[in-house]
Amino acid sequence: MTTTQRVERASGAPDTDKSAFGVRSARAFWRWLTSMRTALVLLLVLAVAAVPGSVWPQRNVSAERVTRYYTDHPSLAPLLDRFWFFDVYASPWFSAVYLLLFVSLVGCLVPRLRQHAQNLVKPPPQAPVRLDRLPHSARRWMPDDAATAAQTVRSALRGRRWRTTVRAQQDGAVTVAAEKGYLKESGNLLFHFALLAVLFGVAWGSWYGWHANRLVVAGDEFCDTTQQYDEYGLGARTVAEDLPPFCVTVQDFTATYLDTGEPSQYTAHISYVEHPGAAARGWTLRVNDPLRLSDANVYLLGHGYAPVLRYTDRYGKVFTTVVPFLPTDGMLTSEGVAKFPYANVAPGGGQAQAPAQVGFSGVYQPTVNPDPAQPKSIFPDERDPALTLRAWEGDLGLGNGAPQSVYELDSRQIALGLLNDVGTHTLRPGQSWALPDGSTVEFLGTKPWITVAVRYDPGEKLVLAGAACLLIGLMISLSGKRRRIWARISPADGGGSLITIGGLARTDHPGFGDEFAGVVRLAGGDPPAQDQEPAPVGTSERGR
Amino acid sequence: MAQLSDTLLIAAVVTYVAAMLGYLVEFAFGTRGAVARVVARPARQLAAVGAPTAGTSPTAPVSPAAGSPVQPGRAVAPREGSPGRAGIAGLIGVGLTVVALGLHSGVLVTRGLAAHRVPWGNMYEFVVTLTAVFAAGWLVLLATRPALRPLGLFVTFAQALLLGFAGLVLTTPAAPLQPALQSYWLKIHVTAAATASGLLLLAFVPAALFLIRAGYDAGKRRFPYPLGRRLPAGEALERLTFRLHAFAFPIWTLAIICGAIWAESAWGRYWGWDPKETWSFVSWVAYAAYLHARATPSVKRTTATWFAAAAWGTMLINLYVINFVAVGLHSYAGVQ
Repeated sequence: MTTTQRVERASGAPDTDKSAFGVRSARAFWRWLTSMRTALVLLLVLAVAAVPGSVWPQRNVSAERVTRYYTDHPSLAPLLDRFWFFDVYASPWFSAVYLLLFVSLVGCLVPRLRQHAQNLVKPPPQAPVRLDRLPHSARRWMPDDAATAAQTVRSALRGRRWRTTVRAQQDGAVTVAAEKGYLKESGNLLFHFALLAVLFGVAWGSWYGWHANRLVVAGDEFCDTTQQYDEYGLGARTVAEDLPPFCVTVQDFTATYLDTGEPSQYTAHISYVEHPGAAARGWTLRVNDPLRLSDANVYLLGHGYAPVLRYTDRYGKVFTTVVPFLPTDGMLTSEGVAKFPYANVAPGGGQAQAPAQVGFSGVYQPTVNPDPAQPKSIFPDERDPALTLRAWEGDLGLGNGAPQSVYELDSRQIALGLLNDVGTHTLRPGQSWALPDGSTVEFLGTKPWITVAVRYDPGEKLVLAGAACLLIGLMISLSGKRRRIWARISPADGGGSLITIGGLARTDHPGFGDEFAGVVRLAGGDPPAQDQEPAPVGTSERGR
Repeated sequence: MAQLSDTLLIAAVVTYVAAMLGYLVEFAFGTRGAVARVVARPARQLAAVGAPTAGTSPTAPVSPAAGSPVQPGRAVAPREGSPGRAGIAGLIGVGLTVVALGLHSGVLVTRGLAAHRVPWGNMYEFVVTLTAVFAAGWLVLLATRPALRPLGLFVTFAQALLLGFAGLVLTTPAAPLQPALQSYWLKIHVTAAATASGLLLLAFVPAALFLIRAGYDAGKRRFPYPLGRRLPAGEALERLTFRLHAFAFPIWTLAIICGAIWAESAWGRYWGWDPKETWSFVSWVAYAAYLHARATPSVKRTTATWFAAAAWGTMLINLYVINFVAVGLHSYAGVQ
């Protein structure tokens, strides 16, 4: 980047530039943007700009943690939010940094690509006059005439895959110019263009891809429509109708654990129908084994227990519900609520007194802690399950239109005294509890539930191909070495030809001395007679 | 077997410390000439110096591999007594490093046998693997460039520190893998990540020492710059820094790419800005900045090397801070 840039600046002669101020400043800006120094600063800024995303919770990673941050830091959170600190990677300032970087990259790559294409076509450059001043040089004598000697040197170089050119000089000498290591720049360009491909693949995926999550209790089915998901996000160029019409039924789920409570295997058996009318097929869903359909993949993300409750109200009406409880720790102590808004309505539609809706908030321990003061499960599998329920009676607050969490009771109703605590009881599977008003609740057992993510990302393949090219380009670029060798062959006074060979490594290349010596040896010839001492290869080596 | 693994770890740490003492003796008591004059390729240096004056043919076989690296230095400035004895201490240090690496490998093998899987399923095992790569890389480097031996002091110091911390704080009982880790990508992604981390740590050693040496040459005398007096020439250190980074950076890139492929099948997306992902991106960008700075003639070599040192800082944050502080999907440290 810099080399071309600096040449431009030197020959651009800004003083004589008669263009309008706007054009001049635009040019100056472009020059600044495409300079290596700016690219370096942008790289550093990009590294720093990515950090806040690991310090503050991010909406795209975990929206719940952002909500919790709002509750914990009510004054700071809105300020952070205003500067996109909860959406760092979608924020204007982060986008500005990487877009500037990529514009700078393109601005530098295009001239370089042109330059490299020219270099690939052009023969190696003319030999300098004083070859013995190069970092590596040697002198040899051959009995042949200059043209034949030049061919000998040339074939030695070509045998080692150097690109060579033989030129006859005006003073009767013949020069051989050779260059090697073009692949380094090719690799470099491949790497940078692959970066662009990766960026494009990411953008493509975010426009035409989509993702969704939901919780499914074993035995239930869901279909791929936005209404059936707990949460979803469609790409900018995607609409809900684009979702493929498949349906998935979760048949069962099993988790196995080590004695320490660490999980060792999660397995969900599912069946799916790719489109209405297609035959149902089975699949075993595991953490590293998603269900891959043509236009979507289904991943197993999490799991938990859903207690099954049967509530018989004071008028004998029976309600059965399956309520997924959310795990609160690694031992799967789980919390949740069951709501019965239609309970205790007098049959015959008598005058409604104060509402007598019923709700239960509960803690489920798959293996109950022997110490009742510690309501924390001691093992994640159901070795000794127990469900502790607290019953609430009154108005659940569902009628006021405000959205409610299905995992919590409305705390405002409790604070207002509209929903009242009527007691706590611990139940084992199959046990029932008679409430003071004559109704009963029975804990029938649990069903497992899983959370699945459904995703479609059409940019993935491009990103993968880009990443592969990027790696290949990187390795070529970092291991390649550009170097040049010239030979000047002039007729010697006493017959034969005198050969001066000089070599120059254009990039860091500690092994070039040995390579140069090898080329000289291969070219053949003897040390010239007029040199008192045979000048060995590499003697005059300076620098590297 | 797990017990044996833990015992071997203690033995390895003790042996590394003993090796460090050997290097220390050489570093402190070796002649300045022997330590400071040698560069990566002493033979060439000697040939360049010797050719115009000495009557002997400069093509005489003085290769870097021929004998102790102290010899070229001594040939330039012959001294009596002490360099030899200090040199022996240095060689003992190298021998002890070899022994320690053997014990170190034993830790990994027995650990793998105890857990019936590849021994890199949690943070403790990751650090033990990373440091093994670090030590192995150091010995390979030393075999090709014996003149670098003074750096052994810093290598074994870092080694004892990291491994000791792993043994005291990070240690976790050997256990089978969590469901998310049960994939052949564990072998590819984590191997690449540990290898790259170990090599980048190895690359950090000459980077930091080059900065010390350059500071010393610029006249700085506050700690740690006086250490620079006994270090190899700045140019040799700087070139080594670049070559190691150029070797390790593609491996780090491979680790990130493999991680992304694995993340796609385990979590449903190839990139999700999980804290671990974010910081490996930060490190990648920081190392890329170093390589660009190194390739830019207008950026000073010391400035470029500061980039490399800062990039290693981001690697350390990713390994030690993110595992303990940040909430993310890469929560396999298993440290209570």
